[in-house]
Amino acid sequence: MTRAASSGVAEPPVAGPGPDERLARRSPLRRLLGRPELGALLGAVALFVFFSVVADAFLRAGSFSTVLYASSTFGIMAVGVSLLMIGGEFDLSAGVLVTSSALIAALTAYQLTLNVWAGVAISLVLTLALGAANGLLYVRTRLPSFIVTLATFFMLAGLNLGVTKALTGNVASDSVRDMDGFDSARAVFASDMDVLGVNVRITVLWWLLFVAVATWILLRTRTGNWIFAVGGSADSARAVGVPVDRVKIGLFMGVAFCAWFSGMHLVFAFATVQSGEGVGNEFLYIICAVIGGCLLTGGYGSAIGAAIGAFIFGMTNKGIVYAEWNPDWFRFFLGAMLLIATVVNLAVRRRVERTS
Amino acid sequence: MTGTDQPLIRLTGVGKSHGAVIALRDVDLEASAGEVTCVLGDNGAGKSTLIKIVAGLHRHDTGTYEVQGEKVEFGSPREALDRGIATVYQDLAVVPLMPVWRNFFLGSEKRRRFGRLDIVSMRETARREMAAMGVDLRDVDQPIGTLSGGERQCVAIARAVHFGARALVLDEPTAALGVKQAGVVLRYIVRARERGLAVVFITHNPHHAYPVGDRFLILNRGRSIGDHNKDEITREELTALMAGGGELEELARELDVAGD
Repeated sequence: MTRAASSGVAEPPVAGPGPDERLARRSPLRRLLGRPELGALLGAVALFVFFSVVADAFLRAGSFSTVLYASSTFGIMAVGVSLLMIGGEFDLSAGVLVTSSALIAALTAYQLTLNVWAGVAISLVLTLALGAANGLLYVRTRLPSFIVTLATFFMLAGLNLGVTKALTGNVASDSVRDMDGFDSARAVFASDMDVLGVNVRITVLWWLLFVAVATWILLRTRTGNWIFAVGGSADSARAVGVPVDRVKIGLFMGVAFCAWFSGMHLVFAFATVQSGEGVGNEFLYIICAVIGGCLLTGGYGSAIGAAIGAFIFGMTNKGIVYAEWNPDWFRFFLGAMLLIATVVNLAVRRRVERTS
Repeated sequence: MTGTDQPLIRLTGVGKSHGAVIALRDVDLEASAGEVTCVLGDNGAGKSTLIKIVAGLHRHDTGTYEVQGEKVEFGSPREALDRGIATVYQDLAVVPLMPVWRNFFLGSEKRRRFGRLDIVSMRETARREMAAMGVDLRDVDQPIGTLSGGERQCVAIARAVHFGARALVLDEPTAALGVKQAGVVLRYIVRARERGLAVVFITHNPHHAYPVGDRFLILNRGRSIGDHNKDEITREELTALMAGGGELEELARELDVAGD
């Protein structure tokens, strides 16, 4: 904001009102380069070609379906996380929130001997409440969301383990496989199907649907406009009447919704939930969003970019296995890609914001 | 009640304190349609506080705030906007990374069925309104951060005018601009006045205020130290008053002595 206010000083004065001769320089190519997804898309194509060459198994239909599945499980969370990041905030509790959500469904259904759909519904309500709590804590305390969600991250991680052990005497929830409604819930959250000879997990379809909905919201609705605005400059947004706090709380709840969905996938794919899972995943979601062009400072990014980021993540994750490399190196590549993506994003932002 | 002789905005005896700090004490302000009311003062004189009260960001502690003779207590800038009072802030209240047209309609988006944004019409309107203000933007999709300071100011003013503002509050619109660009903005202020708006123009520069102003309110340390019509005061008197009158003369004498 200070940048915007002060930029006029150093500038050579423009002669009166009238067409700005600098506009002519903005060619279609430059406009394409300004898209947040572009860097990620080029990276995805490069990685795809790379793994196709070095790993014979990579191009097989079965491998591709595995890559897509891995991408979708992270991609679904990356949708919510990327919207939140465009809105200028972080959620470090997103990883364990998935586990909390899954545990809530599995534990309530098992302990109370309910139809699993009741557990699913209770989990939805409580997970959204946790998301709202993150948002409210942020809005009320005005602490950085990084700190607020770091606190809730540890609290939830402790609760997951403590409550599960107290109820089951074990670190995992009891199996809900034989309970009423399991098969229908599994069909919704964790089934698979054949599409043109390729086995496609249902999470892939949900992922694509979520990305499409998020993209529509971002680019075609008032809510989307507000998300960009609260991330780009919250004070400016407030000054023109955007309900900044409501938008931010809504974004935290969006992450919670995605966490709920991912949690339900865990429950119905494996029937039991390990209470210690999810720790560290929050960084992977953020990496997907950042590789996909979301700025860490907010106000810029796209859901499609985050989806491409998740696809890059899935390709690298599985590609290393197909190339028969030591998978220990995976994290090194992830870190390197994050670094490259952030440098590219910084360059993009500088170009977009350049005022001289 | 809403006779034309009523000033659009009238603040009477308004005061505001932030904890132990009294930011504003017993200040009157009037702004009428087709007039430019300038609020002058040095840094810390209380200009910003006054403007935030008018804009609905702060609530006044004492005194009254009337809009067309009706007492108001605004809880948010939105409420002030609904009464036709639009404020253009020093930092412009724009989001640099967002396209011009999205900034133009931010907070007042046009929508069609199912909450879908009416993008075609918003783009066109933004382009047209900017042209009416004398800025021909070929590409309303460019991020507003790529515009010059004067042009950004112009977007903010055009936005306020488009959304039916009857009173325009401009917070230091020329402070960060070069000489020529400041001139451009002053021209928009005159244009807004000609369109029948009540303009409240906050500045610390009497040379910007005097050519466009019809009335001048001078603040110092949170108090009003002068409220004059244009025919009652010369540019020199205004400058002297703003700098604290005697203080400036003393300074001039001091510098003269030093120069000898």
